[in-house]
Amino acid sequence: MRDTLLNIAGLTKAYGSVVANRDVSFSVGVGEIHALLGENGAGKSTLVKTIYGLVKPDSGTMSMRGAPFVPADPAAARKAGVGMVFQHFSLFDALTVAENIVLGMDNPPSPRAIAAEVRRVSDQYGLPLDPDQIVGDLSAGERQRVEIIRCLLQNPKLLIMDEPTSVLTPQEVEILFKTLRKLAAEGTSILYISHKLSEIAALCEAATILRLGQVVATCDPRTTAPREMAELMVGQVLQSPVRAARPEGTMALELTGLSAPAPHRFGTALRDIRIAVRAGEVLGIGGVAGNGQDELVAVLSGETPSDNDAVLLDGKPVGRSPVNARRALGLLCAPEERLGHAAAPEMSLTENAAVTAITRKSLTQNGFVDWSKARAFASAVIAQFDVRTPGPQHTAASLSGGNLQKFVIGREIMQAPRVLVVNQPTWGVDAAAAAAIRQALLTLADEGAAVVVISQDLDELMEISDRFCALTEGRLSAPRPARGLTVDQIGMMLGGAHDMEVAHVAE
Amino acid sequence: MIVLEKREAPSRLWAWGSPVMAVLLTMVLGGLLFAALGQNPFTVIRTIFLDPLFSEFAWFYRPQILIKGAPLVLIAIGLSFGFRAGVWNIGAEGQYIVGAICGAGVALALYPMDARWLIFPTMVLAGASGGWAWAMIPALLRVRFGTNEILVSLMLVYVAEQLLAAMALGAMRNPEGMGFPGSRNLSQYPSAANLELISGSGMHWGVVAALITVIFAYVTLSRHVFGFHVRLAGQAPRAAKFAGVNPARMVLICMGLSGALAGAAGLFEVAGPAGQISIDFNVGYGFTAIIVAFLGRLHPIGIMAAGALMALTYIGGGIAQSSLGLPAAAINLLQGMLLFNLLAVDVFTTYRIRLLRKEVT
Repeated sequence: MRDTLLNIAGLTKAYGSVVANRDVSFSVGVGEIHALLGENGAGKSTLVKTIYGLVKPDSGTMSMRGAPFVPADPAAARKAGVGMVFQHFSLFDALTVAENIVLGMDNPPSPRAIAAEVRRVSDQYGLPLDPDQIVGDLSAGERQRVEIIRCLLQNPKLLIMDEPTSVLTPQEVEILFKTLRKLAAEGTSILYISHKLSEIAALCEAATILRLGQVVATCDPRTTAPREMAELMVGQVLQSPVRAARPEGTMALELTGLSAPAPHRFGTALRDIRIAVRAGEVLGIGGVAGNGQDELVAVLSGETPSDNDAVLLDGKPVGRSPVNARRALGLLCAPEERLGHAAAPEMSLTENAAVTAITRKSLTQNGFVDWSKARAFASAVIAQFDVRTPGPQHTAASLSGGNLQKFVIGREIMQAPRVLVVNQPTWGVDAAAAAAIRQALLTLADEGAAVVVISQDLDELMEISDRFCALTEGRLSAPRPARGLTVDQIGMMLGGAHDMEVAHVAE
Repeated sequence: MIVLEKREAPSRLWAWGSPVMAVLLTMVLGGLLFAALGQNPFTVIRTIFLDPLFSEFAWFYRPQILIKGAPLVLIAIGLSFGFRAGVWNIGAEGQYIVGAICGAGVALALYPMDARWLIFPTMVLAGASGGWAWAMIPALLRVRFGTNEILVSLMLVYVAEQLLAAMALGAMRNPEGMGFPGSRNLSQYPSAANLELISGSGMHWGVVAALITVIFAYVTLSRHVFGFHVRLAGQAPRAAKFAGVNPARMVLICMGLSGALAGAAGLFEVAGPAGQISIDFNVGYGFTAIIVAFLGRLHPIGIMAAGALMALTYIGGGIAQSSLGLPAAAINLLQGMLLFNLLAVDVFTTYRIRLLRKEVT
């Protein structure tokens, strides 16, 4: 048994009537990679914010190497040896790597000294990074390295990583894991927050599982079955999606060499995209966010007009048709951003049902909205897709992410689309809701619709797609049958990791 | 320690309570202002808010509320569509002026023809078209070149004022006016006059138009798909686009609607209460209507109430000027203060105050 670095006993934190953490106790050993596992809203974020000094607990104690640990603010936590890499980076695009790192330090040395230091650390841990590069030009994986190196320069005893792989390609994940293992071997403890079970099984030596703010189990992820951990995390038995064998359908949606300029300065241009999706088929499009996903959905939904002949729906050109004309023909979309794009936050679910369903559900008469019909449709979506809400008169913003996503996807599915395009259908959604959404998409395909799923979650795509292709910097790879694709092959389709050739951990 | 805490949902009570609070707060702060000017604050507040309704001359002032309220409501209803959709027409004053010029132009061109059935409706149409055209300038510039409609529409107010002066001194000057600036008096030209429909009531065609507009706006916003799209565009522009709303068309329609209503208000004013195109024809209804729109929560019924209140301060302010010798600027200040207070009090619709004792750690 190794020494304990951080010990947490009976930590409780409530926000008003919502208890984020209830009597949480666990400990992290020196040099241990410890997983903190739980769904969205299970209390992981509150817990690590407490450790990092951002949140003060209502009760409970923490100790570091046996001494009481009460960080007043993040600076105090850093001083005590806690480093944290957040899920959302806090970097200035216009500054260089070295300048960004200096800005985050409590007692910054000269930029020149930092540059040398950055080179040393990045060499030592196999995190290739040029200190003089402008952050705006870096990939998501490289930005994460900036954050990690920023932490490592403070020689942390405990490194907290919050959902670090959500923005990485498989190869980049491998590089990250090598780095983390090397750090652990040198005696740095790592608290690894994730809900991706395969990663945790591959990386971590111990896991604490949180549900609704409480510790429900601790286990060794190397020996516990992922399914068992998933069920502990969710608190119920999970259903795997089932699919029936599908006959080859007719061609439903075709993109024939679609190109579109970037809509704004930080957007991505689409280049010569070719897709052919048949009725009854699920096409999975993988890729890290920001590679043209939003732009592709906008072109398909009709929010961005394109060449008329570039988008064919059942052989009919619709590239110049406006949004509702495409809906009338059966091409429906569910964009990634739930609040603000797919739904208006402060409007009721009834009104939000009318956002996309007016055309296909004939919710208007002589230009006047039939609100009772809209309410009936919203109620039907709520009932059919098990949306947890007191009723359709409640606002979209009052729903949890998973429930709103079920509503948004259900709203499209219940309009019986010919082609449905969904972008990140289960992003930020709890496991039970995600499973329900995937099943609904498969059922829709079984009923003869063509489904295009754009997602960053490769496991999800492998689970539900018939064919898979990757979107990288606005280009789409040729599709391949999803069955039998290996992680390596997918990684290569995604364009591989950045700086693969220099990525090696110094032995 | 006082902490502002975000409410889970905006408070409905405060949404409608804050205009009332803002009015009360304005009375208090306005009272302090008048005290600083050497007046008895209670007398001034009573003069402005109560005398028009309850003094011995109230029979004269009450119809004035309709006369002054109608243009405010007419303009504010138009503005409220744009404000809900995120289209900021600040230049209703200019559209009001141009509407008046165009409408009066029709009457003056046809003078002294006797055909009320033709002339008056044409004037209304010309007034609305003039306001619409003036509003199309910032609208098209925004849609075509991405200019800021707030600045352009505001600047066009000053252009319109110059145009008004030019008209009053030049093209539209009364040939029988012995060289004085200003046009013929339209209220004395039976085919063009916008007279009281019931003597002594203050009820003229502009008031009727304002009431119809309120009903039309209410139905459109709550029932019609256009009203739904207006609300959607203001609350979530991306969702509106996703729902099939064309943002450029939304800008054109909202600017056009507010311009047309402001233009019509200008026409009703110039053909009735004002009577003629003169250099000082406009008295700031276009700007005050912005306050009316927000004070009324951008809701047609609320705007009607707010329009009546602001009309009251115009009339009361006038009484205070003549009987107490208050400067006109003090009344403008009071109206501005009202909007300011409303914005401040509005914090409580989305936030609540909590008193915390200093945390002991």
